[in-house]
Amino acid sequence: MKRTNEMIVGLAMVAVISVITWALFAVGDNMTPGVTPFSKDVYQLHMIILGIVTVIGVLVFAAMFTSIYLHRKSRGAKAAQFTHSTKAEVTWTVIPILILVVMAVPATQVLIDMEDTSGAELNVKVTGYQWLWEYEYIEDEIQFYSALDRDSNYARQIGATRDPREVENYLLEVDKRVVLPTDTRIRFLLTSNDVIHSWWVPDLGWKRDAIPGMVNEAWTLIEEPGIYRGQCTELCGKDHGFMPVVIEAVTPEEYRAWVDSQKAEMAANDNAAERTWTRDELMTLGADVYAAQCASCHQGDGSGLEPAFPALAGSAVTVGAIEDHIDLIMNGRPGTAMAGFGQRLAAEDIAAALTYTRNAFGNETGDMVQPMRILKLKNGVVEGGVADTGPAGL
Amino acid sequence: MASANYYVPHTAKWPIVGSIGLFLLVSGFANWMNGSTIGPWMAIAGAATVILMMFGWFADVIRESEAGLYNDKVDASFRQGMIWFIFSEVMFFGAFFGALFYARIFAVPWIGGEGTGVMTNSLLYPEFQAAWPTNGPAGLGGDFKTIGAFELPLINTLILLTSGWTITMAHWALKKMQRKALVGWMLATVALGVIFLFLQSYEYVHAYRDLGLTLGSGIYGSTFFMLTGFHGLHVTVGSIMLLVIAFRCMKGHFKPDHHFGFEAVAWYWHFVDVVWLVLFLFVYVV
Amino acid sequence: MTTQTAHADDHHHEAPKGLARWLFTTNHKEIGSLYLIFSLAMFLVGGAMAMIIRAELFSPGLQLVNPEFFNQMTTMHALVMIFGAVMPAFVGLANWMVPMMIGAPDMALPRMNNWSFWILPFAFLMLLSTLFMPSGAPASGWTLYPPLSLQGGNSFAFVIFAIHLMGISSIMGAINIIATILNMRAPGMTLLRMPLFVWTWLITAFLLIAVMPVLAGAVTMLLTDRFFDTSFFNAAGGGDPVMYQHIFWFFGHPEVYIMILPAFGIISEIIPTFSRKPLFGYTAMVYATASIAFLSFIVWAHHMFTVGMPLGASLFFMYATMIIAVPTGIKVFNWVSTMWRGSMTFETPMLFAIAFVILFTIGGLSGVMLAIVPADFQYHDTYFVVAHFHYVLVTGAVFAIMAAAYYWLPKWTGHMYDERLGKIHFWWSTISVNVLFFPQHYLGLAGMPRRIPDYAVQFAEFNMISSIGGFAFGLAQLLFVYIVIKCVRGGEKATAQVWEGARGLEWTVPSPAPLHTFDTPPLVDDSLEHKDRLPS
Ligand code: HEA
Ligand code: HEA
Ligand code: HEC
Ligand code: CUA
Ligand SMILES: [Cu+2]
Repeated sequence: MKRTNEMIVGLAMVAVISVITWALFAVGDNMTPGVTPFSKDVYQLHMIILGIVTVIGVLVFAAMFTSIYLHRKSRGAKAAQFTHSTKAEVTWTVIPILILVVMAVPATQVLIDMEDTSGAELNVKVTGYQWLWEYEYIEDEIQFYSALDRDSNYARQIGATRDPREVENYLLEVDKRVVLPTDTRIRFLLTSNDVIHSWWVPDLGWKRDAIPGMVNEAWTLIEEPGIYRGQCTELCGKDHGFMPVVIEAVTPEEYRAWVDSQKAEMAANDNAAERTWTRDELMTLGADVYAAQCASCHQGDGSGLEPAFPALAGSAVTVGAIEDHIDLIMNGRPGTAMAGFGQRLAAEDIAAALTYTRNAFGNETGDMVQPMRILKLKNGVVEGGVADTGPAGL
Repeated sequence: MASANYYVPHTAKWPIVGSIGLFLLVSGFANWMNGSTIGPWMAIAGAATVILMMFGWFADVIRESEAGLYNDKVDASFRQGMIWFIFSEVMFFGAFFGALFYARIFAVPWIGGEGTGVMTNSLLYPEFQAAWPTNGPAGLGGDFKTIGAFELPLINTLILLTSGWTITMAHWALKKMQRKALVGWMLATVALGVIFLFLQSYEYVHAYRDLGLTLGSGIYGSTFFMLTGFHGLHVTVGSIMLLVIAFRCMKGHFKPDHHFGFEAVAWYWHFVDVVWLVLFLFVYVV
Repeated sequence: MTTQTAHADDHHHEAPKGLARWLFTTNHKEIGSLYLIFSLAMFLVGGAMAMIIRAELFSPGLQLVNPEFFNQMTTMHALVMIFGAVMPAFVGLANWMVPMMIGAPDMALPRMNNWSFWILPFAFLMLLSTLFMPSGAPASGWTLYPPLSLQGGNSFAFVIFAIHLMGISSIMGAINIIATILNMRAPGMTLLRMPLFVWTWLITAFLLIAVMPVLAGAVTMLLTDRFFDTSFFNAAGGGDPVMYQHIFWFFGHPEVYIMILPAFGIISEIIPTFSRKPLFGYTAMVYATASIAFLSFIVWAHHMFTVGMPLGASLFFMYATMIIAVPTGIKVFNWVSTMWRGSMTFETPMLFAIAFVILFTIGGLSGVMLAIVPADFQYHDTYFVVAHFHYVLVTGAVFAIMAAAYYWLPKWTGHMYDERLGKIHFWWSTISVNVLFFPQHYLGLAGMPRRIPDYAVQFAEFNMISSIGGFAFGLAQLLFVYIVIKCVRGGEKATAQVWEGARGLEWTVPSPAPLHTFDTPPLVDDSLEHKDRLPS
């Protein structure tokens, strides 16, 4: 009689707990299946193991609640005195081992498939910086930076007047997206210029660390055009939460067109440093460069974040001798977060940033730095072999 | 004479002194590293307090021991304590040996382009080839030469091995209650430890001055000086402990069947010895 | 506080009074109380930091703190909770209970016991003082990965040295516990008659001695990389930032078992008591604990699947990690079997123990999911991981500590705690803690990274729910503080036996336990043998 009792209550418990579990799964979010063969495999794998552990959980908890319900003193239960049962103990050692094997087999399979390193059709080098990404298309010789877009950046400040909910793709949008072709085997080469970052787009099915001084590889093949968003996932300092990754996957034809347009743009800019710029040109470009490269530390209004990040408004450097200012921006301050931008940015960007910071935030020096001056310095740096201080200079 | 009950001291005044000492010592170091001028003074005060604590604490223990308050169980507890302390030291050295092996077996070859490091090498360090010793692709700290294994280090190995033998002789002498011989062997052991330290410092000076080998010499310099440095620190501590034991032997402490203080230090000395052998093998020879 | 009651044969003369008594004490019960009080204080400090985290994450956008400070809170919250709350709580329980459970007069090395404790307040003084430094507290996560951690300001050196002090304290504490257990057992208390709490602590102490020095080594290398030009973690000099992660996790993974094995021990004491039935599979429990400890040394790299390890290494660490589910499963099944056909009552300790088994299992099962390498490429560094470890740490370790507190409070204070309030505390905590941490699974799967002060708006709802659960859970812990204080100050007198089904030496001494117990060792025979607990 007792046996049947336990059976019935046990089944009831299984039913109740299953319903609760089902409800928990129904209200929540799940992993994205993604848009690459690998991400779909991972999703499958995730569902398999989630299913297995759920069943284990339901059975264990059902047994427990059956006991809690039936074997309570208030129901007059008398305690049995058994202390062990070799048969039972062997069973619940062997069965979990078998279950684990069932989980390990597909896991191993997916992992091995992923390690297939053959035939990259496109190589993209990704470099993490505090706190933006640099992309270099090795075959097509395109290079650019990709940082948090302005709207998000504005809305994310403490006391911002703009509500994040009104910003489209808040924190998941960049100023320049990574355009990638679909149906193409792409190899990412990940590294970093300062601290460890991690490059993650959930729809690709993996994340991979970008480690300074080391290069990591990861492959993908995107099957559907679309815009895929992700974030840096390794704590990299203050603005770790604000360095998104946005991929725009397009057909190979559209990709070629994009490459051509980028090349044309670059060609137009090629000799940009060699001509004389007007103040307005420098100030406009300078504001953009400043927002993308400098504002994360020195703040949009140049007020800095004391004591870690000095204000540029009225700083001894920004209103002081111009040579020192140039030297600081080119080479940075070793041992601080202030990196050298001499290698990172184009001559006109540096000149523009210098001009901008010397004339914005109430710094009214009236100075103007021509790109040519920086270009000469940059060439001098290369020719003379003077080492840059950042790890990038190694 | 040993009491029947397990001896539990009523109150202990020294531990809190030790805590304050340690606190001053390390916060002094921390301040020092941040460039504060009181840092060094705090550290010195802390070190002095810790030394004071050790004297006081050990004096209490020695007094209680000589008064026969410790029964065999107390003795066994001390043994357990010492064994596990040495085990923790082994693990501490393990971390640094781990770093050495990791760098040699994985990190340097990867940077040199082996296995998964192909792209690392070709993109970042096209000129760099894996080798050991190395100060890395950036050649940190400039060119350097290493210290040959079969020069001073070999002599140092022989010195430490000999000291392992002298301390065993001392132990035998103690067991046979030959006080004179005991003191002699103890002093010999201390002397060997001091000679070792002297040669080691000589070697350091040589490395810094003539070989260009410094803590800043990339991963080789880092592992070399941290391993030999921590070992040297342990030899220093060990020598001081040996000296204290030698004095106690002179004062007539220890009995053939009751001399845990002596044994603890001997164990420690053997441990320092073994660490050196491993170090000699992996830092100098291969 | 709890132990003033003079005992008939108290031969203790001239015991210092006031502060001096606590500064100089060598008594395991007093030192145990010190540890427990310290731990409770740190739990409140670490919890307050968690409240700041949850408040900032209440809605998208930055409202309360700037990102730098947020990172400091995340880092300090974890360091304080792990090294200040959970570990000292277990050491405190060991101090109080291990000598009583094995029939020893005190800990093996009483003077060193005092030192182990009194280093801790200084260590935390150093750690917490960094909050007031101009450059702020450490902000690189509790894992202190270089190169980020090397960018820290003045606080960096203080944090490193504070960790050194905590390490020294833990190692000495662990040595003491091992020496006590191996050396001080009463006649007849054979190893396989020891209560499971003693067994789990023996193994935990071994883990501590094996891995705390490794942590010390790792942070020492950080220190020299920052201040003395070494290049352990700098590829330019032939080192590797990832090397730090290997060394750190060689410590870090065993560390998480350091925080759960004593909890297993506590649960293995409580469930038999309230089931009025001997623990099922005692020997298997002992071997399972030992296997978990052994395996914990060879799984560390499961925290670093995304650093780009060779295939073979990934597979090895995945398989090794998965295997841990087997011995842990044995424990869970044995607890359920202990309850099976028992005669259960549900006082507060039992309620917490039952919640432990369920919620720890949930955390363990998500751990197994994390072990699957390809899936971890998605889960890693998201809130899924945060959910996993809070299930094992909060509803695992912390719930077990709460269960232990309720279970042994009558023995410590001589008074019963307020059962009605205890039950309220239990239900309030258990419901709110799930509201707090369960939605974090969803957040992680939906793609929310951890250690971020602000998030995309699609994560808003579940974050808000989680924060509400967090505040509720925090308030519930204030109730716990009240219950403990109330129990210390008075209440229904407790008998020596306290719980009807309790078995073991600690229940043979009066409540409150006199300052000195088992000055002459008791003789232990089968009637007290743990595996043969009999119902009364
Ligand atoms: C008390 C602490 C504790 C405990 C006990 C565990 C237990 C486990 N943990 Fe967890 N873990 C942490 C604390 C803990 N963990 C912390 C703090 C982190 C994050 C650190 C950081 O990055 O800051 C972490 C992170 C972490 C990761 C890294 C995730 C990532 O960063 O990507 C992984 C991956 O494998 C993992 C796995 C496991 C596994 C397999 C167990 C197993 O031991 C669980 C075993 C238990 C069960 C499985 C349940 C019961 C068993 C059964 C009912 C039997 C049947 C089951 C099966 C056959 C499946 N943990
Ligand atoms: C034993 C360890 C332990 C414990 C007990 C806890 C307890 C809690 N943890 Fe923590 N946590 C960690 C270990 C632990 N955690 C670790 C290791 C990390 C990773 C850190 C890293 O990434 O480096 C982490 C990270 C972490 C995060 C992620 C942060 C991030 O990624 O940025 C969050 C977010 O919700 C969180 C929340 C909480 C909450 C709400 C509690 C609650 O359970 C706390 C409840 C307690 C109280 C609240 C105290 C009592 C009440 C008061 C003091 C009064 C005030 C009360 C009110 C105002 C209501 N923890
Ligand atoms: C990662 C954070 C970071 C970024 C990005 C950054 N800086 Fe800085 N900057 C710093 C820090 C930190 C210092 C202070 C260095 C020190 O302690 O001496 C600094 C110092 C300066 C100073 C000197 C201020 C003074 O009074 O000493 C100037 C000028 C400056 N930065 C300009 C720039 C410009 C222009 C850019 C963008 C092209 C930029 N910074 C980007 C972190 C940053
Ligand atoms: Cu870059 Cu986080
Ligand atoms: Cu782990």
